[in-house]
Amino acid sequence: MRHIISVLLENEPGALSRVVGLFSQRNYNIESLTVAPTEDHSLSRLTLTTVGDDRKIEQITKHLNKLVDVVKLVDLTEGAHVERELMLIKVKASGAQRAEIKRTADIFRGQVVDMTQNTFTIQLAGTSDKLDGFISAIGPASVMEVVRTGVSGISRGEKVLGL
Amino acid sequence: MDLLSGGEMLIRALHDEGVDIIFGYPGGAVLHIYDAIFNQDKVEHILVRHEQAATHAADGYARATGKPGVVLVTSGPGATNAITGIATAYMDSIPMVVISGQVESKLIGSDGFQETDMVGISRPVVKHSFMAQDPAEIPMLVKKAFHIATTGRPGPVVIDIPKDVTDPKVKLPYQYPRSVKMRSYSVPAKGHSGQIKKAVEILLAAKRPVIYSGGGVIQGEGSALLTRLTKKLGYPITNTLMGLGAFPGTHKQFLGMLGMHGTYEANMAMHYADVVLGIGARFDDRVTNSDVSKFCPDAKILHIDIDPASISKTVTADVPIVGSVSAVLKEMLELIESSEQKVDKKSLGVWWKQIDQWRERNCLQIPESTGGIIKPQSVIRTLYEVTKGDAYICSDVGQHQMFAAQHYPFDKPRRWINSGGLGTMGFGLPAAMGVQFAFPKATSVCVTGEGSFQMNLQEYATCMQYQLPIKIVCLNNQALGMVKQWQDMQYGGRYSHSTYAESLPDFAKLAEAYGHVGIKIEKMSELKKKMEQAFALKDKLVFVDVLVDPEEHVYPMAIKGGAMKDMVLSKTERT
Repeated sequence: MRHIISVLLENEPGALSRVVGLFSQRNYNIESLTVAPTEDHSLSRLTLTTVGDDRKIEQITKHLNKLVDVVKLVDLTEGAHVERELMLIKVKASGAQRAEIKRTADIFRGQVVDMTQNTFTIQLAGTSDKLDGFISAIGPASVMEVVRTGVSGISRGEKVLGL
Repeated sequence: MDLLSGGEMLIRALHDEGVDIIFGYPGGAVLHIYDAIFNQDKVEHILVRHEQAATHAADGYARATGKPGVVLVTSGPGATNAITGIATAYMDSIPMVVISGQVESKLIGSDGFQETDMVGISRPVVKHSFMAQDPAEIPMLVKKAFHIATTGRPGPVVIDIPKDVTDPKVKLPYQYPRSVKMRSYSVPAKGHSGQIKKAVEILLAAKRPVIYSGGGVIQGEGSALLTRLTKKLGYPITNTLMGLGAFPGTHKQFLGMLGMHGTYEANMAMHYADVVLGIGARFDDRVTNSDVSKFCPDAKILHIDIDPASISKTVTADVPIVGSVSAVLKEMLELIESSEQKVDKKSLGVWWKQIDQWRERNCLQIPESTGGIIKPQSVIRTLYEVTKGDAYICSDVGQHQMFAAQHYPFDKPRRWINSGGLGTMGFGLPAAMGVQFAFPKATSVCVTGEGSFQMNLQEYATCMQYQLPIKIVCLNNQALGMVKQWQDMQYGGRYSHSTYAESLPDFAKLAEAYGHVGIKIEKMSELKKKMEQAFALKDKLVFVDVLVDPEEHVYPMAIKGGAMKDMVLSKTERT
């Protein structure tokens, strides 16, 4: 099963490499990874998605917790949560295609953020499934370039991952 | 407040941390630090002949004393040479602080002379690492490094220090921090009381119990409590390779070591147990054999460990208890002593009867020797007699290591010092040095083979410089015995690169070349007498080169892919 693990990390040099190193060292998978400082600049928030059975996920969270730079973590998929990913996608768009692509972007609530005579660059946010859905709706033949941020997430309700 | 340079701060901080000995090797990036060492007399520095030996010596010191071992090496090759020793300590959870020099801050990343990314290269084999950015940080980094290395599940910590940070011209006020608090690092103190109660109930109701304890009991200073608990319950106990000595090896409740080369009775008891109490052990593949689905099929597993990641990693625990072994054992003992529930004496009697039957198989009996050929097992038994079972036995890796673990019973913790997890050949001699520095009057023995010994023999020179009267007992079978054994058993006797008899040195002469004593033993009839002679030379290092039967295998041996009850017992017998 796919899990979204969100980690509060000391904003120290080398901290990220310890997390990434742990995954390769123990043969765990990282599907996506996103990291940036939080409002407290001494902390980074790192969100990663990984796949594995319960035993593997348990080991992953235990080993992450053992890293001295990891302050706290939560497996967001254990409870209700909001997940978002941002995508910038450059697609071929000329002639009659232009209107069609614009309409598809509207349906997915995407925005055109740049254009040339033959291309659109569209910004789209949502779950990873939604972004995948947009790519297949546009048709892979039209896609010139895809940039995705990886999943970011937060718990629903009053639950907070903080100090 | 004193004004000190970064280099001086480092040495002063080590002293304030209670360190009185460090093992190291100088070089460009640590020259400021070495100058600071020269100008004081509180912290003694031991000059080894290779950085790997510095880490193993510090490791041996740590295993024998329980105090952290400290290492100082230079940048680049000094740092990379230390990696094997750091990994050895990491695998066996040994507290160690390694200080490595680094090129000047402004040169980092420029492929400077003797530059290597030590924090990066050591990352998978350290508990944590730091790079000093400023001399003012040094006291706190030292405090944190020792705190992390010695608490929780211990392990090695690296402090990488760029040369400019130890500059003697930059002097700053020094104060050693009294305490350390890290929001991202905490140590589980005691176990969950509810879980402990549950475990005690299951343990007392057991009909075929086995206590299985590992290195965590020794590291966690839980040996006395474990012994009390085991004697109180009257249950059989087995130790892992790392756990030998946590319970007296000569006591009748002790079944011997378990696992790949464990005794028949220990492995059989594990397989047929209905309750297994695992304490400070990690159910690793040398214990469980390769197919964990066949491991202890009828047993409820109670597992105490300070590291939550060790619990249910390979074998799912029915009752997991995360906590320090000592705190949990203490609580268990109190519960058992006050409990109305009593041990099921009748079932236990039946269980012991069964175990005694397994014992009758006498799986560690030494095969008969013909024509005066010395069996390697006899050498270990003779060593036990000659040292009256009271030596520190530092082992290298291979057949001799397994023979020593099987045939030298340890009645005290911290007496059996070997590289269990990483299996590092070349560990023995430098580890024996660390032990001898810790206990100058004790008998420090290195049990080795002619293969392992040649991996760190340069330390003969260190032993001479510091007059270390180590006794080296070499089971010389003129081949890489364990490799050869596997080639015999699994590769049709094709000895691919495991033999070198024609190119072995004269070990007695080699010892003499360094100013030590060398003794050669070739016949069974002279074994005891010559061993006694060697150990009578109290103030000399003696290398005892014992020519042993090159055909001998280590048995019992687990059958790959089988359960714990599946063993090869001799060249002709299997279970």
